[in-house]
Amino acid sequence: MSADTTADHTDDKGHDHDDHKPGFFVRWFCSTNHKDIGTLYIIFSILAALVGGYFSMLMRAELADPGLQIAADGQEWNVWITAHGLIMVFFVVMPGLIGGFGNWFVPLMIGAPDMAFPRLNNISFWLLVPAFLLLCASAFVGTGAGTGWTIYPPLSDTLGHPGMSVDMAIFALHLAGASSILGAANFITTIFNMRAPGMTLHKMPLFVWAMLVTAFLLVLAVPVLGGAITMLLTDRNFGTSFFRPEGGGDPILFQHLFWFFGHPEVYIMILPAFGIVSHIVATFSKKPVFGYLGMAYAMVAIGFVGFIVWAHHMYTVGLDVNTKAYFTAATLIIAVPTGIKIFSWIATMWGGSIRFTTPMLWAIGFIFLFTVGGVTGVVLANAGMDTSLHDTYYVVAHFHYVLSLGAVFALFAGFYYWIGKMSGRQYPEFLGKLHFWVTFIGVNLLFFPQHFLGLQGMPRRYVDYPAPIPPEHLQGWFADPIEKIQWMAAQEYGYHLYNYISSMGGAITGFSVVIFLVAVFWTLFAGKRVGDDYWDNIPATKTLEWHVSSPPPFHQFDIQPAVK
Amino acid sequence: MKYLHLLSLNLLALVTLAAPALAGEPKPTSLGLQEAASPNKARLVEFHDDLLMWIITAISLFVLILLVIVALRFNEKANPEPSTTTHNVPLEIVWTVIPIIILIIIAVPSFKLLYYLDRAPNPEMTLKVSGYQWGWTYSYPDQEIEDYNADYVTDEELADFIPDGQGRRLLETYNPIVLPTGKDIQILVTASDVLHSWTVPAFGVKKDAVPGRLNETWVHISKPGKYFGQCSEICGIRHAYMPISVYGVPEDEFNQWVECMKSDEGQDTDYPARFCVQKFDFDRYRTIESEEEIASIE
Repeated sequence: MSADTTADHTDDKGHDHDDHKPGFFVRWFCSTNHKDIGTLYIIFSILAALVGGYFSMLMRAELADPGLQIAADGQEWNVWITAHGLIMVFFVVMPGLIGGFGNWFVPLMIGAPDMAFPRLNNISFWLLVPAFLLLCASAFVGTGAGTGWTIYPPLSDTLGHPGMSVDMAIFALHLAGASSILGAANFITTIFNMRAPGMTLHKMPLFVWAMLVTAFLLVLAVPVLGGAITMLLTDRNFGTSFFRPEGGGDPILFQHLFWFFGHPEVYIMILPAFGIVSHIVATFSKKPVFGYLGMAYAMVAIGFVGFIVWAHHMYTVGLDVNTKAYFTAATLIIAVPTGIKIFSWIATMWGGSIRFTTPMLWAIGFIFLFTVGGVTGVVLANAGMDTSLHDTYYVVAHFHYVLSLGAVFALFAGFYYWIGKMSGRQYPEFLGKLHFWVTFIGVNLLFFPQHFLGLQGMPRRYVDYPAPIPPEHLQGWFADPIEKIQWMAAQEYGYHLYNYISSMGGAITGFSVVIFLVAVFWTLFAGKRVGDDYWDNIPATKTLEWHVSSPPPFHQFDIQPAVK
Repeated sequence: MKYLHLLSLNLLALVTLAAPALAGEPKPTSLGLQEAASPNKARLVEFHDDLLMWIITAISLFVLILLVIVALRFNEKANPEPSTTTHNVPLEIVWTVIPIIILIIIAVPSFKLLYYLDRAPNPEMTLKVSGYQWGWTYSYPDQEIEDYNADYVTDEELADFIPDGQGRRLLETYNPIVLPTGKDIQILVTASDVLHSWTVPAFGVKKDAVPGRLNETWVHISKPGKYFGQCSEICGIRHAYMPISVYGVPEDEFNQWVECMKSDEGQDTDYPARFCVQKFDFDRYRTIESEEEIASIE
């Protein structure tokens, strides 16, 4: 995507001293600037990740040994897993990838001065803050919402959760959902109407393609969630019985509605990641993306198929066998466009001249770990096989490989790739690489053994698991690990060994977050200043954001760039 | 899969003391599915170990090897001049068509398995299961055994309740269930409050218990033994504390157990199902392992 930006470029320089930046409060609290809103989203996402990650650490600490160590009871545990899931999905990955990188780079990449609806953009962000506070507060009201992120009734109905906590969680999702829908409408409008002259759809950078498909998924899927949780709200408070069997309703109806949203939702989280990885792989291979059209339409295909596979989350609820056969077939098909993407990334690198910078390491890590998560998805797609694996740790391992090791790796990849552009300062390469390797080892140690737990049948969402309680001197984190592992492996039964190893991986992953935070502060306060195109893109990979200064001027592209 | 078992053995070799192998419960070092105690599970194990594992391992290794080759051959030192290739239509067709073929190879046995697991065409008996917060209610309509509850045995009582340290923490119930081997058993599953899910990994059975619905599944227990499962759908504070404990015993002994359950002797005890299991010492089937032993019982 080479662009003729000479005119606007000199113009930007001329504006450097007169950016018309508002004062602090107006700039950050009433912001209508896509870059400032993107920054707010990224800060929000990092803070929410610390909260969501804190719950992960609690969970791994609890499961390191059998018996109850940290959680007072199963309800407290259920509140943790619910909060962890909802926070990571709605307040970390979505705001980070869509709100953060989407806001920052969609207008820059298409040569637009800002988003189509700047004030709508502002309210999209500020709806998230009360949503997050409501969700956090729900954990402290009554028993807390211990329903799992899927909030299945009747457990989430007054039968299982009589207090106000689930109502608060529902309102949190309403607000987060409204935020997403408004943001998606904004992206669609921006991408369709504000591209620079000459940038046809088929010349659009792949990240913009990813955001376009994602935005359509959001607009079509999130209202269904809104409807489902509103029906749940009226069941809870106003005497309806949509999901109550005693009133003629059906709990399974909720599951159909939830997963009609929920399955596209997982693609909403991964498609922007695909976009980011495409840019990084191309930049650092010094080659244009291989099979550009195939890449773009693979995302469109994944988005479409994502809407017709939802019941593969419900193979054990008592669906008709022919229905299960259909959903098995439809789900397997997803592997085809996903395979096209994986192979196209590798083909992009093939013949390239690769620099293994930090973002490239995260991107390559993404490609491999997403493949591992993808192939376990092929196993789970089979309705028969799912009889053994449904709701076990195999599923937990699978979706953490594609999301935690997929989407989150892409978040870090994008962060290191663009932090110089966003802040004007480059991250320290050593810390970035250290962060990558510690995380890579940590998350694999954390999630790979969970496959074994799942194959043996360990169910999800368990505060305690079958295994003999170890003798006093082998309990806790500071027991001799060799002796402890020998003892655990010698037991006749139980899930202790792999849970313990998984928790060790959790501790390493927790430590990697500290490295990341040091890297962030180092970058912001002591990072080297960088120029416009600090990655030395070849012309074919030099998308428009590399034609403006780092950080870009407060208002860019006063004169529209022209794309050849 | 063979190498999984080998790996598992290697892990075992690391430990000082090899554990006796019992069927029907999770093993600390196992890397694969639980051992099959029914044709349902046997086919699942076959599908997973002999087909899926090979395919997914091969694909993962293939991608890994490509990435390693790329890293070695096309780093900036080894290859300072990048190529400008952006298209290769035959290659793109190949990597679209080959995955489709692989998926068809998976789909055909997958559908056969799915339809096989769905229901028993001519079940010989029925077990009714109803989940509640937090335990299971069982009844045997054909044997006229009325509803009885199976709650989990607390840690405090485990050692007293099941002697010789054989008790399985969080897996034992005061009242177990007993099913005959060698029969097609229809299992009807429902729930009385929230969702639950009735699961026995060694049987290859998992069915959600949904209030207002009656779900059907089936099992054919192929060898005597004791089998455990756990609730597999989040159901509240004690979700982790509603296990399933099943004895599979030969038919004549099952009939004796049924008689005991209906007799005054059984009904006068606190836990009739447990009392009758102990009366006929079904726990001796826990350690049944070799083919000869199984053959000698049947």
